[in-house]
Amino acid sequence: MLQMGRRGFVGRLLGLSGGLMAVPAAARAEETDFLPPSVPPWSREQGAGVVSPPYGVPSPFESAVVRKPREKPLFPTAASTGTPLQALHGIVTPNGLHYERHHAGVPAIDPDRHRLMVHGLVERPLIFTLDELMRFPSVSRLHFLECAGNTPQWQKIDPLWTAQDSHGLLSCAEWTGVRLGDVLGEAGMLPAASWLIAEGADAALLTRSIPLARALEDGILAYAQNGERLRPEQGYPLRLLLPGFEGNVNIKWLRRLKLVEGPMESREETSKYTDLLPGGRARQFAFTMEVKSVITTPSGGQALGPPGFHEIRGLAWSGRGRIQAVEVSTDGGASWQAAQLQEPVLSKCLTRFRLPWHWDGGPARLMSRATDETGANQPTRDRLIELRGANGRYHYNAIQSWQVASGGTVSNAG
Amino acid sequence: MPGEAYLCLAILLAGVTPAFAGERYDLGRPASAAEVAGWDIDVAPDGKGLPPGSGSVAQGRAVFAEICGACHGLQGEKGDGKPIDPLAGGQDSLGGAKPLRTVGSYWPYATTLFDYIRRAMPFSAPGSLSADQTYAAVAYILYLNQIVPENATLDAASLPLVRMPNRNGFVPAPE
Repeated sequence: MLQMGRRGFVGRLLGLSGGLMAVPAAARAEETDFLPPSVPPWSREQGAGVVSPPYGVPSPFESAVVRKPREKPLFPTAASTGTPLQALHGIVTPNGLHYERHHAGVPAIDPDRHRLMVHGLVERPLIFTLDELMRFPSVSRLHFLECAGNTPQWQKIDPLWTAQDSHGLLSCAEWTGVRLGDVLGEAGMLPAASWLIAEGADAALLTRSIPLARALEDGILAYAQNGERLRPEQGYPLRLLLPGFEGNVNIKWLRRLKLVEGPMESREETSKYTDLLPGGRARQFAFTMEVKSVITTPSGGQALGPPGFHEIRGLAWSGRGRIQAVEVSTDGGASWQAAQLQEPVLSKCLTRFRLPWHWDGGPARLMSRATDETGANQPTRDRLIELRGANGRYHYNAIQSWQVASGGTVSNAG
Repeated sequence: MPGEAYLCLAILLAGVTPAFAGERYDLGRPASAAEVAGWDIDVAPDGKGLPPGSGSVAQGRAVFAEICGACHGLQGEKGDGKPIDPLAGGQDSLGGAKPLRTVGSYWPYATTLFDYIRRAMPFSAPGSLSADQTYAAVAYILYLNQIVPENATLDAASLPLVRMPNRNGFVPAPE
């Protein structure tokens, strides 16, 4: 099994209670008092009552599983934090751990005072309350969201990076909302409309232009995430959700949709989120997040326990549809084995993969490469940089490697 | 009668069709022109959406001294991209080993500058600049990039005519 450290139960208890109360009897106990044949104290007394707290939170023993920025941001309201992928299981990201990327902080929006305006090339400009939007037929779908800037390994590889640092601008949730087409249809789309401008209500009034036909394919206006209303960091009370698209166009705190003939060339789609190519030209409107994968266990910053059986676990996803296959290498790409995919394998959604592995205790280089249902697969980092240069900042989807040292420590090999 | 038969069929279908194909849910209320005008601050590349007003390079220098310079520097020189970008310089650097992406070297449309400043700047008080101040800041940044002369004044008519050096620098990504 993987070990994050060598803290015992007693050490953890001391760490939690230190300074807050008199040292409890349990803390004076020996570690063996908790283990068979002894019976630990929690088996001999009542635990906490119901509603403590009313909205449940993770065990205090999981306090290290949190979002964090890669480095301390100069402007905390214009920054990002990553999801701790290496500590999570399955495919659903807990709402409190969904990655963040804000351009003007998280606005505190009163939903009763929030409005969605639909205008431009429509028959009837309309304004909706949240209550009105929630009366439209609802849909729920599981989809990943990934920031276009995830995995910035174009220029350098930091051996200390964890999966949270390298791939953490990635999360997955069950989103519930209304079909974009239903709401636009209510206003009546005019034939000349071919682009959609979406704008947020945050102080950045973040704005993107999207080809209307693509947005209508499966776009939704989401008001809920994993069974509860959106978290403020995810756009409460309303966000645009365009499955498979780069995170930035999934406008949070959505306040306005405008149908137009052509893109508005906003700052976010010109000076940012464009891929500078060799020669000096740049790719624009690269909306789709291409096929990608990462091994989350074992991954950077972790340490393997004793040699023997270890399960390699990871995540694969594609903005073009379902994951068809994931291959894993433990020898730096010399040989590959097919990983098992956990059902359900859903379109534009995280897919969990696994491969049983017998670690002999020596050095190993772990890699994963995914193929999606269109046949697209991941390039090597060298190939990606050959194609796109090293000065792009977005849409990195190369094969990721983790180096296992002979002692079992794992570091980022890019 | 065929007509009556079609009518009956239509009524039958309407009764069993869950989706309101082609029909409305009758939700929402009309947005007035004044309501739309209050929120629709988009500026298009052809200048559509630009408000009345004007600003000169000299006025922009004053706006920078008072407001923008604290973060951007009086010459727009501050920042390393995390998150502040230098506003000027870098022209002809994009194809090299160390490209410098600035308004002058990278941005394809001058209208974007007005749109972005109006919606998101200054960082400490977004949306607080007047239209004149915004035109002035735009003029000054373009002057810093040697795109407009020092005596330039910009308004809704002249700003869309400004030709950015990297206007043809972008190619659409394949779908």
